[in-house]
Amino acid sequence: MLIVACVKQVPDTTQVKVDPETGTLIREGVPFIMNPYDTHALEESLRLKDKYGFRVAVISMGPPSAEVTLRKTLALGADEAILLSDRVFGGADTLATSMVLTGAIKKLAEKEELAIVMCGRQTIDGDTAQVGPGIATRLGCSQLTLVDRVEEVDLKSKTLKVRRKLEGRHEVVSAPLPAMIAVLREINTPRYPSVPMRLEAEDSSIILWDNKVMQMDEATIGLKGSATQVRKIFSPERAKGEILGGEIDKPEDSARLLITRMVEKDLLSL
Amino acid sequence: MSATVIAFIIVLVLALAFFAYSCYRRFGLVLKGKPDNRFNSIGKRFWNMLFYAFGQRRVVKKPFGVNHFVLFWAFMILLISNTEFLLNGLAPDTISFSLLPDGAYFTLAFIFDIMSVLALIAVILAIIRRFTFPPPYVEAKSRDAFVILGLVAGLMIAFFGMNACEIAAGADRAGVWMPVANWVASWLPSGAAGLGTAARVFWWIHAVILLAFLDYLPYSKHMHIMTSIPNCFFKSLEKVKTQPREEFKKGNTFGVGEVESFTWKGLFDSYSCTECGRCSDACPATFTGKSLQPRLVIHDIKVNLLKNADKDGHKELPLIGGEGEGSVKEEVIWECTTCGACMEVCPVFIEHVPRIVDMRRHLVETKARFPEELLLLFENMEQRSNPWGIAPAERTKWAADIDVQPFEAGKTEYLFYVGCAGALDARNRHTTLSLAKIFDKAGISWGTLGRDEMCCGDSLRRLGNEYVFDRMAQANIKMFAEKGVKKIITQCPHCFSTLKNDYRQYGAELEVVHHTELINQLIKEGRLKLKSTPPDLGKVVYHDSCYLGRYNGIYDAPRRVITSATGSAPLEMERNRDNGFCCGAGGGRMWMEEKEGSLINVARVEEALKKQPDTVCVACPYCMTMFDDGLKDKEASDKVRVLDLAEIVANALPD
Repeated sequence: MLIVACVKQVPDTTQVKVDPETGTLIREGVPFIMNPYDTHALEESLRLKDKYGFRVAVISMGPPSAEVTLRKTLALGADEAILLSDRVFGGADTLATSMVLTGAIKKLAEKEELAIVMCGRQTIDGDTAQVGPGIATRLGCSQLTLVDRVEEVDLKSKTLKVRRKLEGRHEVVSAPLPAMIAVLREINTPRYPSVPMRLEAEDSSIILWDNKVMQMDEATIGLKGSATQVRKIFSPERAKGEILGGEIDKPEDSARLLITRMVEKDLLSL
Repeated sequence: MSATVIAFIIVLVLALAFFAYSCYRRFGLVLKGKPDNRFNSIGKRFWNMLFYAFGQRRVVKKPFGVNHFVLFWAFMILLISNTEFLLNGLAPDTISFSLLPDGAYFTLAFIFDIMSVLALIAVILAIIRRFTFPPPYVEAKSRDAFVILGLVAGLMIAFFGMNACEIAAGADRAGVWMPVANWVASWLPSGAAGLGTAARVFWWIHAVILLAFLDYLPYSKHMHIMTSIPNCFFKSLEKVKTQPREEFKKGNTFGVGEVESFTWKGLFDSYSCTECGRCSDACPATFTGKSLQPRLVIHDIKVNLLKNADKDGHKELPLIGGEGEGSVKEEVIWECTTCGACMEVCPVFIEHVPRIVDMRRHLVETKARFPEELLLLFENMEQRSNPWGIAPAERTKWAADIDVQPFEAGKTEYLFYVGCAGALDARNRHTTLSLAKIFDKAGISWGTLGRDEMCCGDSLRRLGNEYVFDRMAQANIKMFAEKGVKKIITQCPHCFSTLKNDYRQYGAELEVVHHTELINQLIKEGRLKLKSTPPDLGKVVYHDSCYLGRYNGIYDAPRRVITSATGSAPLEMERNRDNGFCCGAGGGRMWMEEKEGSLINVARVEEALKKQPDTVCVACPYCMTMFDDGLKDKEASDKVRVLDLAEIVANALPD
């Protein structure tokens, strides 16, 4: 049975600045990384592989340079990595993205029974958290978001049980397979690739699926298939921070000053 | 041929055969190790052997080492006597020193007599020491030690017994030339019947003990008698300041996970250890009550080699992570600061640190298993090329208020390689600014790489993440070549040693200078003028950074600079210079929790506080952090400040 882990290569947003003139992201010289949430999705897929013997296929939609990230997933233990890359996929919003990803998953499911689609909760560049649920909707499978623990997978009854982390409580839910799981970062600590695995991955080939392979209707994908358009990107103005109590010696006085300020700003109720 | 001679031949042949078999087994195991060329520069190696093995240079650094010196030389000289003894047993009538002319025979008899009594005294002192005043770093009540000491004492006693009986029987014309044997003989009834028989009995006792000693050697820690002289011959020609490269090819093994993956020299080292404990005595981890004792690491390697020897292919005792003797615990491997104090004191030049890094490599590269806090470090290094994972754009922030030129070949002479701590750590940025000020005052032409600077990879290499280090080193060297960088100034001793020593393995011939040396040179050349009335820093104590001092021999430059800048020589801590005590941050320990025992930096701060300093002078950003933290821990940070040497100098610059 198959787990499909969805990953995205994103710019390291801690290093991205917005150009105040044009309102666009300055991406020049910014390194790309695997979306941090997705590293946890991949790790969870690999753990389920170790435990239940699933096969793990990783898919990513992006430019050819996303190959670097896919190679890393192979070094970590993924069985197969597929890059969904074509000019017609470009400019996609979450809707169009989930169309392409769903298309790829369906294609994979033709050959092997699909058990789980594993996604990170959201990406750090778009921050929408919509693609995972979008895939689940389009696949018509169970949709499990905010998962911080996979309790068990029952291969006989083809169900799984996960724990969801909600505001102030946990919820344990069961769902039939196939299911889409969107994971939180707390779910696990990602592993580190060993050198033999890295060397193996360096020589492995990444499978490329363009639209000749995918045969998607061009009206549903890429810029054309996108329902949203970005009007403007800007950095919100933030009030300048202030260092309090630099001249105060006693910690008690510092604490008092801090509390007074917090009460003033209505950050703390007495 | 007499019956005695035949009996002796049988005993001798059996003993020698057993000895040869033992040696064949033991040294055969060494040959299973990986290749390592230790046969180059024979002349220099021969000199090292003379100087360190026969000269016992490092042994006598401890006061009681003199006892070993005596025993060693007595042993060497008595080797002649004992060879004659064995040959004489085979051919009593044709081989004997007594057949020599009087002058030669009497001289030899005198020397052997004196040497024997010196050896006996040395053995007795050693036994007394083990019982009454053993140093904490040796396993005093070791059975092995007493067996050997007993055998040596027995040998000497039998030697005197034999000679004394012969003298009393009037059978040895050299009697008066053997003062000790002669004195013993004076207690015996001279000319009494049975003295000849007694002499023969002592002769046989002597023979049996001698051969027993020989046969026991390969099975005891005293095997060092055979191995430590060659080990000094095979010692690394340069100081061990780096680890060898690895070749990243499919099918290779990475690091050392089983004992035979060490080099043959690594295995031979383990045979050369006599468990003197000097390494553990010098080790900061051992000192602060951690499980790591360098002596035991080497011992475990030996035991593992021997225990797994017979099991072809199947290793019952794992080298790493097993229980008890012969297996090195994982936490032990991570406790090393790679400070090199162990290697600095080892009388026979055992290389502890490379062995530990070998095992770290196995854990990181093959098993991907390491203390969890390192995961973040490794990710940060790979993704952002600095240990904290700070955005590279922040690298130029320290220079926000000053004018810094980018390095440009032809326009700027030196690249100032600021280093991660110098650029990104708030406290250490002050050092960086001080250096910028000093360079400008001295009229040095310098520039930086700005946000393009990448980490040198020191911590990764010491932590065994050689794969990522290898990639970072190659990227750096490529950038240096592209930009035409030839001369580099570093502020961090770790960058310094890595660029200078480690990168040389990649063919990078860089002229790297640490700021302590550069400042010293600038003052000496008169290019840097200091105030005639130096700023009052009170009493200044200097702390040696391991990667500056022990690794690169820079001890005097910082001390001279302090003297120039403050008007007086720095105070010295109890452990200083090549005996300096690590701050606790080397070897990647900077990024790890110190879970076991007490804190190394606090121990060092306590040592510094004994000198009642007003200022602790450091020359390394890690030492800076460790001292800052340690002083806070001892609630002394309001009385004692930590300054980098560059800050002291910048303070002493005329306005």
